[in-house]
Amino acid sequence: MTAANPTVFPQQLSPSARAWQRFRRNRLGFGSLVVFVTLFVLSLGAEFLSNDKPLVARFEGQWYFPVVQTLPEKVFGGDFETPADYLDPFIQQQLHKGGNWALQAPNPYHHSTLDYFAPLPNPAPPTARNWLGTDDRGRDVLARLLYGFRVSVLFALALTLFGVLLGVLTGAVQGFFVGKTDLVFQRFIEVWSAMPELYLLIIFSAVFEPSVGLLLLLLGLFGWMGLSDYVRAEFLRNRQLDYVKSARALGLGHWQIMWRHVLPNSMTPVVTFLPFRMSGAILALTSLDFLGLGVPPGTPSLGELLAQGKNNIDAWWISMSTFVVLVVTLLLLTFMGDALRDALDPRKVDA
Amino acid sequence: MSTPQALLELKDLRIAFGGQAVVHGVNLCIQPGEQVALVGESGSGKSVTALSVLRLLESAELSGQVLWQGQDLLKQTPAEMQRIRGDEIAMIFQEPMTALNPLMTVGAQISEVLQLKKLLHRRDADARAVQLLSETGIDDPERRFGAYPHQLSGGQRQRAMMAMALASEPKLLLADEPTTALDASLRLQMLQLLADLQQKTGMAVLLITHDLALVRHFAHRVAVMEKGHLVEQGSLQTVFEQPQHPYTQRLLSSRPTRAGLVDMPPLETSPILQARQLQVRYPKAVPGIKAWFQKHHFTALHGADFSLLPGSTLGVMGESGSGKSSLAQAVLGLIPFEGDLSFDGHTWQGSPARDKAVRKQVQVVFQDPYGSLSPRMTVGEIVSEGLRLHQPHWTAEQTEERVRATLAEVGLEGEGFTDVLNRYPHTFSGGQRQRIALARALVVEPAVLVLDEPTSALDVTVQKQILELLKTLQKTRGMAYLLITHDVDVLRAMAHQVLVLKSGQVLEQGMAEQVLGDPQHPYTRSLVQAFPEING
Repeated sequence: MTAANPTVFPQQLSPSARAWQRFRRNRLGFGSLVVFVTLFVLSLGAEFLSNDKPLVARFEGQWYFPVVQTLPEKVFGGDFETPADYLDPFIQQQLHKGGNWALQAPNPYHHSTLDYFAPLPNPAPPTARNWLGTDDRGRDVLARLLYGFRVSVLFALALTLFGVLLGVLTGAVQGFFVGKTDLVFQRFIEVWSAMPELYLLIIFSAVFEPSVGLLLLLLGLFGWMGLSDYVRAEFLRNRQLDYVKSARALGLGHWQIMWRHVLPNSMTPVVTFLPFRMSGAILALTSLDFLGLGVPPGTPSLGELLAQGKNNIDAWWISMSTFVVLVVTLLLLTFMGDALRDALDPRKVDA
Repeated sequence: MSTPQALLELKDLRIAFGGQAVVHGVNLCIQPGEQVALVGESGSGKSVTALSVLRLLESAELSGQVLWQGQDLLKQTPAEMQRIRGDEIAMIFQEPMTALNPLMTVGAQISEVLQLKKLLHRRDADARAVQLLSETGIDDPERRFGAYPHQLSGGQRQRAMMAMALASEPKLLLADEPTTALDASLRLQMLQLLADLQQKTGMAVLLITHDLALVRHFAHRVAVMEKGHLVEQGSLQTVFEQPQHPYTQRLLSSRPTRAGLVDMPPLETSPILQARQLQVRYPKAVPGIKAWFQKHHFTALHGADFSLLPGSTLGVMGESGSGKSSLAQAVLGLIPFEGDLSFDGHTWQGSPARDKAVRKQVQVVFQDPYGSLSPRMTVGEIVSEGLRLHQPHWTAEQTEERVRATLAEVGLEGEGFTDVLNRYPHTFSGGQRQRIALARALVVEPAVLVLDEPTSALDVTVQKQILELLKTLQKTRGMAYLLITHDVDVLRAMAHQVLVLKSGQVLEQGMAEQVLGDPQHPYTRSLVQAFPEING
């Protein structure tokens, strides 16, 4: 009813700064953001957290950084020129005798590490050696999850960015120029959205060599249409507001008006949907990987782990741990999205 | 004041929302059959007070007493309140389109009330509904009975609302700004109807309004509210002739006056803006396959001729749908038009780049102070935008100096405005926003300013300040105004020449004194009568 309490919001804050303040006051949403960002930053440094190569090694008076160096076995007293296998008991022994020492990553497995010296058959249940067990090829599940999470989030970020850019651009052009431009674009979108996305993916994965880039391109080309409609609607509404008319009366060009006046006031649906688009992208990648249509073999991926879990139903640790990671990730994103939606709700802006 | 048989008595009524008090202890008493007006500007708490009588505000925290024939309404059960609402106290709202159910015919809605409250049978209820409709003076009541709300005009809808409110024969009618959404020529009619019905039924009426002209026509007793306080009440004569409270005095003297208006330049002066046969057409949707082959048009403005002399004001008067806003937008070159339009020999070319020079000459101020400023730009960005475009070679200091000077010129300077450039529009009041919009237009030093209902969204006291400011600016800058308005009072105060529009046709035009003093066309006469000239 009346002006906002000045102790809650300093008056000179911009609308976006005030939305951020509201978001921060939502403890669940803001907490989710903090946790999610922490997890993501940790996963970016996955090489230092989960790696079979020691981070630092002191061997016969020399410093080595195996995590960033490729060192032949010979360096550590082995027989061959091949890269050292640090899980080899002989190398381990070499690294710890005399004044030598090595600092291992907390989880001494890379996502691609095959443990040839494992005492148990694969897939192995959780033990002190592999905290979350191993998959059916003997790779450490925790390492696969950590790297898989990173791939998923990076993929989702890229896909979201791609989709948002395309969606905002096309929506803005349709909503601002209306008339024939709008008509042509709308018909194109109708045709485009009628394309069977999954079939195209299957066809393309047969024709081209599957890669993350190709997947990103294909999913991106079909993922912008929903957002485009929202942005178009916002532009249609905002373009006829008085401040846009005033800007036109001042003599501003079309693109200046779009960029400075209409776009900043049309971003609410875009921002609100960001976390939901992220979770959608993660889920899309996971399902494609589960079906075997996603990232190339060998890439750590949550979907591939789920598929393994399905194939090895006795190895409950594979499916359970992947399930938990997926649920937590999607839940965090959903909480963030909820909080963001509340923070940007126009009805709550002046409350 | 209070007598045992008072119909409604508010005793120290306090209303708060989320801990913030908006009404601070109102004492008001209404006798049976009395016509009371509750007057105040927006935010004064007048509507909240009325809605609280019926306990219609769910989130409001009420305290004090609302005595309805001796019983406290604040203590009634929800079921009991439901009986009293509509049965004994009825309400009519400002916007009849949203108060009526769009999916039911108005007849069915009135009949429903009768069946529920008066326990009539369907057939009797329908007959009574038609009778009620005819009592409200609606033409052809049998046909209107079967009409949906969207098929009625604004005035007819308000009449239907009234018929619905009267259906249960209430003892008190709360009328919340019942005429604000109507065109000026209809307002007095509606009020007259309300007074007639009051006479006929003997109910009491509490009229909530900000419009003093209406109060003068209608009320026996007046109560004035300011910022949640009831500052003055008394009989119509006492309050209007000997106002005690300074706020009431300010409110009563807020009618705009012609004092301080610059003289009109001699008619021989060459006009700054000239229009010949200015016509505006909009494409109209044609149903079916025909739309593929032919285009239909709706003509919003049929060939208007007018000229605007430098330093003078041309007032364009018309009601909603008269084409006055189309005229304004055509002058601004914002919509396509036919006919000749020239600013000192230049006209619109239809592209932002080629029109830049002319744009600098013509600026605009819109009606809605909330929609006319982008909420995501600071005042500094908003006002300096024109300079950045039209004076791109200026340094940042030069630009800022001009922006500050212009803001000072529109009265945004001094205490409380030190950091004005970095503030966002939401921190300003409606009147201040209108000043910012004015500064944005002035900063490029236009020769013509189009004012599209510049004050109709503002409170009366603020309206007067803005009009005074506009007069001063015209004097100091020698600007010409094209003033679009529906308010005869504003025209009387501001215009040198007047043009009257109705349904896109120019009915009458000429010097202000002549058109407003001795209107020739019956329509102009009805408009002028709706705003009687009052001295004092």
